[in-house]
Amino acid sequence: MRRTKTLEIWVGLFVAMGFAALLMLAMRVSNITSYIDNEGYEISAAFENIGGLTVRAPVRVAGVRIGRVSDIRFDEDTFQAIVTMHIEAQYDRLPLDTSASILTDGLLGENYVGLEPGGEEEYLKDGDRIEITQSALVLEKLIGQFLFSRSQGSDK
Amino acid sequence: MIDTLQQLGAWALQRLERLGRSHLFILRVVVGLPELLARPGLVVQQIFAIGVLSLPIILVAGLFVGMVLALQLYNTMVNFGAEQSLGPVVALSLVRELGPVVTALLFAGRAGSALAAEIGLMKATEQLSSMEMMAVDPLRRIIAPRLAGGILAMPLLAAMFSAIGISGGFVVATGLLGVDSNAYWSQMQANVDLFDDVINGVIKSVVFGMVVTWIAVFEGFDAIPTSEGVARATTRTVVNSSLAVLGLDFILTALMFGDNG
Amino acid sequence: MLDETPLVEIRGLRFGYAGRTIFDGVDIDIQRGKVTAIMGPSGTGKTTLLRLIGGQERPDAGTIRIDGANVPALSRRKLFELRKRMGMLFQSGALLTDLNVFENVAFPLREHTELPEIMIRDLVLIKLEAVGLRGARELMPSALSGGMARRVALARAIALDPMLMMYDEPFSGQDPISMGVLVKLIRELNDALGMTTIIVSHDVNETAGIADYLYLLSEGRVVEHGTPKRLQESGSEWTRQFLEGLPDGPVPFHYPAPDFARELLELPSP
Repeated sequence: MRRTKTLEIWVGLFVAMGFAALLMLAMRVSNITSYIDNEGYEISAAFENIGGLTVRAPVRVAGVRIGRVSDIRFDEDTFQAIVTMHIEAQYDRLPLDTSASILTDGLLGENYVGLEPGGEEEYLKDGDRIEITQSALVLEKLIGQFLFSRSQGSDK
Repeated sequence: MIDTLQQLGAWALQRLERLGRSHLFILRVVVGLPELLARPGLVVQQIFAIGVLSLPIILVAGLFVGMVLALQLYNTMVNFGAEQSLGPVVALSLVRELGPVVTALLFAGRAGSALAAEIGLMKATEQLSSMEMMAVDPLRRIIAPRLAGGILAMPLLAAMFSAIGISGGFVVATGLLGVDSNAYWSQMQANVDLFDDVINGVIKSVVFGMVVTWIAVFEGFDAIPTSEGVARATTRTVVNSSLAVLGLDFILTALMFGDNG
Repeated sequence: MLDETPLVEIRGLRFGYAGRTIFDGVDIDIQRGKVTAIMGPSGTGKTTLLRLIGGQERPDAGTIRIDGANVPALSRRKLFELRKRMGMLFQSGALLTDLNVFENVAFPLREHTELPEIMIRDLVLIKLEAVGLRGARELMPSALSGGMARRVALARAIALDPMLMMYDEPFSGQDPISMGVLVKLIRELNDALGMTTIIVSHDVNETAGIADYLYLLSEGRVVEHGTPKRLQESGSEWTRQFLEGLPDGPVPFHYPAPDFARELLELPSP
């Protein structure tokens, strides 16, 4: 019967390791925190063009991730994109006049929302909207503008 | 001409008959699965034989696949200045594809062949027959615990493969390539979704575990009871289950990730 | 012992396999409490007969009644109930290779009874003692000699005290000592446990020595049956050839072939 016992210990170890691995995949590798984390607050911002921004994209201040994009909607009255962001509870002192822009991580990296804090004494709270926004830079438009100005320049 | 046609027909019918038999077989085994709840010891034994004994090869393979992945991807991604995305790319490749698929292929080679050979030998040495004469249904006593063991062990093995692969990638990325360790993990968390990626990967590995074990036990049970027959059954198990895993992987990937745009 | 009807009653049995007829109208009666031997040359389907009685094969026609129940017509559940009252000793022993001797003998008890461990232990030791291998209970089957493996398998077959014991070629490939042991065991177990025994064999001397009744099978039919004594005095040439092991007779020495002298003179065809 000693044989069965060592066998059971091995199997127990095996199952424990398996679940530890699953747990690691869930907690450390994936975004489970964003599903669990109901604390924090939501703010929104309207953009003319969001480029390639997707739900779950990071929200950063000074390069540090403080939240994620939780929803993207199109407003049919203003023809703007309304981006809702979930900010972690610990970052609760973003000034009211904070501006938001859509930036790209490296040349080909993914889009994210970058926040630039202003100087107001009051802070953003749940449901507030960021007023100052800058749309995503769309590469095609930039190149178009560049070529246009070049050709105009050479005409003169 | 007519002869060739007839041979083709005979071959097709034979294949179809085997396929039908394997389904009837699995049906009878699955009906017996609930009985195992009363005798968990049988399943524990099989998890040992199928899972624990496959552990070394899975862990070593996972570690190296993760490390090589990090090296190779870094060399390409650094050209685009995207080396911070190394973490998520390594993690997604492992969790979505390589974890379940490579584990299933190794599993077919290590555990599947052993299962087919074991059951084939039990048949060749009249052990299955004698069990039947003792009024014990081999499908329930021998096959069902093995099927359950395979289905339970496979997702755990795949998870360990992915986890150790991601860790191996981390060691290479931060130790060798100088990627920031915080970026490795935080980028990963921002890009890997629990449901879309991790859970779907687990579902894949459960399906693979089921199919590989099914093919192995059926080939063993259906083997011609001679040493040649058992050898053939073992080979067929590895070939057929590897092909089945690759084919199914395509279908599952198309279903799961097809609409991710 | 008042019941005089045969325990096993086979009538009009027909069975074919892969286009070959193996049994073509066989009638056999196995009397209760007796050792009945079924003999015949290799390839007459003696093993198949046991598989038919055990319900592992289905006949093409005919009935096989065991204690009144027609085996081929039984449902799976009823068949399994019946098998619990039958023991079979396979030619190879067919011990479960991943269990030791003790667990092998305990196997049917664990599968079919809810007995407490201590009773299982006692029962297993009794059965092992009966075959003289109580001391070998910790060994794995791979460590046993052929004769010992067969004795362990015998202990396992009688673990549930069956009413019917079937032996498939119990003497083939045994050295004289283990052969003697098996002969003694088969007879003693039959008498001591009040079982009915069927032996399938082609070892004439050993089988005829312990059997109460013999059936001789050849080419799908019962050639002759009777007590060993009667058969030895039989006038049938075939019976004489089989029982005395003569190389030539009604069963020719040569496989059917064209004339030998002519074939030697022929050129091999290209």
